[in-house]
Amino acid sequence: MRPLRFLLDEELRELTDIDPTMTVLEWLRGPAGLTGTKEGCAEGDCGACTVVLGTLASDGAMRYRAVNACILFLPMVDGCQLLTVEHLKAADGRLHPAQQAMVDQHGSQCGFCTPGFVMSLFAMYLTEQRPTRARVNDVLSGNLCRCTGYRPIVDAALAMYDIEWDEPVRAHAAKVVQGLRAMRDDPEPLAIEHAGRRYFAPTHADQLDALLAAHPKATLLAGATDVGLWVTKLHRDLREILFIGNVAELHGINDRTDELVIGAAVTHADAFAVIAREFPDFGELLRRFGSTLVRNSSTVGGNVANGSPIGDSMPALIALGARVVLRGPQGEREIPLEDLYVAYGKQSRAAGEYVARLRIPKLARGEQFHCYKLSKRFDQDISAVCAAFKLRVENGRVAEFRGGFGGVAAIPSRGRKTEHALVGQPWNEATLARAEAVLGEEFTPLTDMRASRDYRRLATTRLLRKFFIETTQPGVATRILDAEVLA
Amino acid sequence: MIEPGKKSNSAIRKAWPHDSAHLHVSGEARYGDDMPEPRGLLHCWLHLANRTHARIVRMDLSRVRTAPGVVAVICAADLAATTNDIGPVFPGDLVFAEDEVLFDGQPLFAVAAETREAARIATTLADIEYEDLPAILSIDAALAANAEVVPSKQWLRGDPDGAIARAPHRLSGRVRVGGQEHFYLEGQNCLAIPQEDGQMLIHSSTQNPSELQHKAAEVLGVPANAVTAENRRMGGGFGGKETQAAWFAVIAAKLAQRTGRAVKLRLDRDADMTITGKRHAFLIDYTVGFDDAGRILGIDFMQAADCGYSPDLSHSIADRAMAHADNAYFLDHLRITSKRCFTHKASNTAFRGFGGPQGMVGIEEVIEQIARYLHMDPLAVRKVNFYGVDARNVTPYGMTVEDNILDELVGELEQRVDYAARRRAIAQFNATHPYLKKGIALTPVKFGISFTAKHLNQGGALVLVYLDGSVQLNHGGTEMGQGLHIKVAQVVAEVFGIDLDRIQITPTTTGKVPNTSSTAASAGTDLNGAAAYNAAMKIVNRLVPLVRDQFKVATETAIVFRDNGVYAGDKRLASFQEIVKLAYMNRISLSAAGFYATPKLDVDALGRGRPFYYFAYGAACTEVVIDTLTGEHRMTRVDIVHDVGKSLNPAIDMGQIEGGFVQGAGWLTSEELWWDAKGRIATHAPSTYKIPAASDVPPHFDVRIYERGVNVEDGVYRSKAVGEPPLMLAISVLYALKDAVSAIGGHRRAAVLDAPATPEAVLMAVEEMQRAIAVPASHAKRPEPETATP
Repeated sequence: MRPLRFLLDEELRELTDIDPTMTVLEWLRGPAGLTGTKEGCAEGDCGACTVVLGTLASDGAMRYRAVNACILFLPMVDGCQLLTVEHLKAADGRLHPAQQAMVDQHGSQCGFCTPGFVMSLFAMYLTEQRPTRARVNDVLSGNLCRCTGYRPIVDAALAMYDIEWDEPVRAHAAKVVQGLRAMRDDPEPLAIEHAGRRYFAPTHADQLDALLAAHPKATLLAGATDVGLWVTKLHRDLREILFIGNVAELHGINDRTDELVIGAAVTHADAFAVIAREFPDFGELLRRFGSTLVRNSSTVGGNVANGSPIGDSMPALIALGARVVLRGPQGEREIPLEDLYVAYGKQSRAAGEYVARLRIPKLARGEQFHCYKLSKRFDQDISAVCAAFKLRVENGRVAEFRGGFGGVAAIPSRGRKTEHALVGQPWNEATLARAEAVLGEEFTPLTDMRASRDYRRLATTRLLRKFFIETTQPGVATRILDAEVLA
Repeated sequence: MIEPGKKSNSAIRKAWPHDSAHLHVSGEARYGDDMPEPRGLLHCWLHLANRTHARIVRMDLSRVRTAPGVVAVICAADLAATTNDIGPVFPGDLVFAEDEVLFDGQPLFAVAAETREAARIATTLADIEYEDLPAILSIDAALAANAEVVPSKQWLRGDPDGAIARAPHRLSGRVRVGGQEHFYLEGQNCLAIPQEDGQMLIHSSTQNPSELQHKAAEVLGVPANAVTAENRRMGGGFGGKETQAAWFAVIAAKLAQRTGRAVKLRLDRDADMTITGKRHAFLIDYTVGFDDAGRILGIDFMQAADCGYSPDLSHSIADRAMAHADNAYFLDHLRITSKRCFTHKASNTAFRGFGGPQGMVGIEEVIEQIARYLHMDPLAVRKVNFYGVDARNVTPYGMTVEDNILDELVGELEQRVDYAARRRAIAQFNATHPYLKKGIALTPVKFGISFTAKHLNQGGALVLVYLDGSVQLNHGGTEMGQGLHIKVAQVVAEVFGIDLDRIQITPTTTGKVPNTSSTAASAGTDLNGAAAYNAAMKIVNRLVPLVRDQFKVATETAIVFRDNGVYAGDKRLASFQEIVKLAYMNRISLSAAGFYATPKLDVDALGRGRPFYYFAYGAACTEVVIDTLTGEHRMTRVDIVHDVGKSLNPAIDMGQIEGGFVQGAGWLTSEELWWDAKGRIATHAPSTYKIPAASDVPPHFDVRIYERGVNVEDGVYRSKAVGEPPLMLAISVLYALKDAVSAIGGHRRAAVLDAPATPEAVLMAVEEMQRAIAVPASHAKRPEPETATP
């Protein structure tokens, strides 16, 4: 078995005898002795552990993305370049613009979140031109600061572009590309065995199929934005892990005339542009989905296969009529996404089947689609209620209606009773009132820390009303995040 | 104090960056868990009870003790020989549960093992049998059961009942305000390292090294001089590390004493948020009598605080809530009753504002209710009730307000934001937007500065000057991000007239400055800056005679320390370093301990008199928009002016103002603590407890320091404390939200909206308002409210 290999900054690290569920953060702060990266929550919700991963893209260039190290298992950096806050200063000791601007703008107080912010800013510096303040807020959505109130940090994000700097990461990219290419060209996939725990990182679907057949109880791992927490929060002992992030067949976005086909291992960050273009409201939902740090790791297939009743992509996908392609020992089959979910924690996937890709039909002429996410905080919060609606009106009557809901039942759900109450009826206030009454009874949501049952019920019906308003009263403002409202 | 400003290198009134900024951004700033680990380090994990209130029938730890890697296990019985009680003032704060579990998450025992994982796994192996007991889980239940952690207290002035009865108008009501988790980014942690001869060195993320030292000494059964507590910096404190850091330090220290090995205890986020106390939730009942102008004639407050299972600092926190029941308003005839409720929850503790914010929400609610009742703009009601300068200027606790700047400061903000025009624009917006509503509120802050416990108002410092003229600065305050160290260093640099980079800031340690107060009550700079000033001046005063003698300077010529040198008038005599060397050769001491005790403070047994040295003032105008279909809301515009006296460091002060406001906005909107029906907290991680994120900051956020500000008292270079007061500027957010909801009913009715105003709370308030206006109110025929005029 070959060692786990990656570049720490520009230095090749080859590790053997590694616990595959050790997180990158634990390795950095422990064996690597790099304590600049902090643990704030160990669940990917505060960003104090932010590091930057450099990967070799299919076009041969480097891609950089900021991720949460606290829930990233160390083997997942195999074949990557790992950059931490310790790697930013110039050889002569000068601070990186992301660091210097934070000093200049008084962007740190207690300083504990600061390395994470610096790394998010650093990733932005590498990948984006000077952004707007709103864009900076999005980039920093996964980094929490309890001291500053953020204003000086956002100022620093803008000011760093004014600092003269010859970026060493760019200057040395060719050498790094060479190093990563050599790793990629090694045909042997990573496999780890340590103290009874096993980890496999197949690169092709047939390898994955064979491994699944041999290890039917293995945990499938994609972005680790949920599975990581099984270890760091629930302290579960994952004995066998199949990492699917390197499986070529699970990647790729196919933008067809009438549908989007998205591989299960595509991250939400990579899927964002095409989804936002095709379905602007779904794009807005994704903008608020997790955080930038989460979306840089989390995958389209992972969210769907995890099947959480409060997962945010499923209501939109269900309303859009998305179908999920399952691959298993018997080959591939395709089902409507809502049919994947049977009961809490129970899916219609057969043994050995996994989510291979999603097929999302584009909107046909006359179809209208909106989706809504309600949560205590706009960014990086799990929804109390998520709802999505697709509508086609013909001759004043509802010809087609699909409603997808999250947070109101034990599974991501389609609101069939509500749909039934609407289809064939005139799209007017009287119909809406009847449909609201049906929707108010269709689900029996829970009361928990995110919202009460009463709120979930009421808000769900209010979201249907909002959809009605938005489809019948164009020009009437209904969104408090609209720039016009904020102005 | 010597007057600044004549030095070209003056260190004060400048926007120096935080002294550790370059270390923060590079990851080189060391926090507790970053320190190189001592050889043989053991790791500690706690077992937390999973009952809210229960008798411990049996606790068998034999499997824990024999688990792999376990070196030591301690529980309450192991502390019985010394003490299991670390209550800071009153007894009751327990290290480990004894025969009864008093809140969900209460630690039962601690394990020290070779690895953190081994310790954690061992804690799962205990065999514990409980017998559940009925639990008190709310303020209401505590009031009904008359359950208190410390006795209630009352202030009475004049004849409130008569004044209310005789008043033209009367209102009664209730407002609730939730608690708040500190969410310091760095969780509680400590490292105890046994030293020779029974001594113990404790590195802790603590705001209160002296108390921690003393508590550790009590638990270890050693004199205080055997324990040294040290802290270089915290990754945030906000009050959460004032008393409760000692809890974990004594556990680590006891295990270190028992094993003779270093022990680290670092709580994970879930344990931290489950075990440690939070800001107190309050329930406030009021009855108020007022006249047609909205002037309050008599008022009766009942404040009930959710203290959790033990006293901790709740008595002081409830005291401060009483002392801020007035906020900026003169309340003549009054009664304030304060109840310190016992609940089966983690023991609530200090949090930025320390009861003040809750007290202020009470009176702001009264103002809101009066305004809606009279159909006046709430700002007009506020202004008519402001403290006077020469009359109507005595607080409910008997202190005369001598530094009132409310009219000027609020007037300045009102003009700056063009409040009247904004009101009109918002009315226009609301008239043209059926589903979105905007609201605005301009609220004042008046916050008393000093510990209400008089004896805590003392500070100490130790200044060491070395032969090369460099200076080491030690003082009793701790750095939690607030910029205390840089401010105190500025004071010392100013006194010596040397460049700021000649001052080395060192960790806070009980080995250098003893018997310090917690870094709290916003008083860090006032106390420690003044003590450091005192220390530096002692050295200067030793050097001056030497300089006069050596350089033959006449007594009528001033000796001035500036520009890294010593001057006789305008004539440079020598560099600071040369003078230092000269002093050394002349056998003059180059170090000094400084001390400061805040003057003028005097209170009676009920806390009345002069508890505060001075007041800090501020005002905020917040505009919000709400979605009446979902209850979602956000701030669209915030303007602030805040008084910091004459700022020592405008950048640091600005950071406190902005950060305090945003933290306060979180408290009142998105930060909801939630316990299930069994009293188990479910919001114990950032995935479930939502502090503000970057996008929650309003797109227009204009924060300014009050330029005319000056401390009329002799604060450090006429500056004022700034740590806590800005948090309460965020009360404007709550009242802007209420204004938006109230707009649905034409501002004829106050919104029924408690804090935190989550989207759920706002939607329910909207629904209530819509139902209420569907039924004509008894006073619905009153004229439209008038806009406040400056």
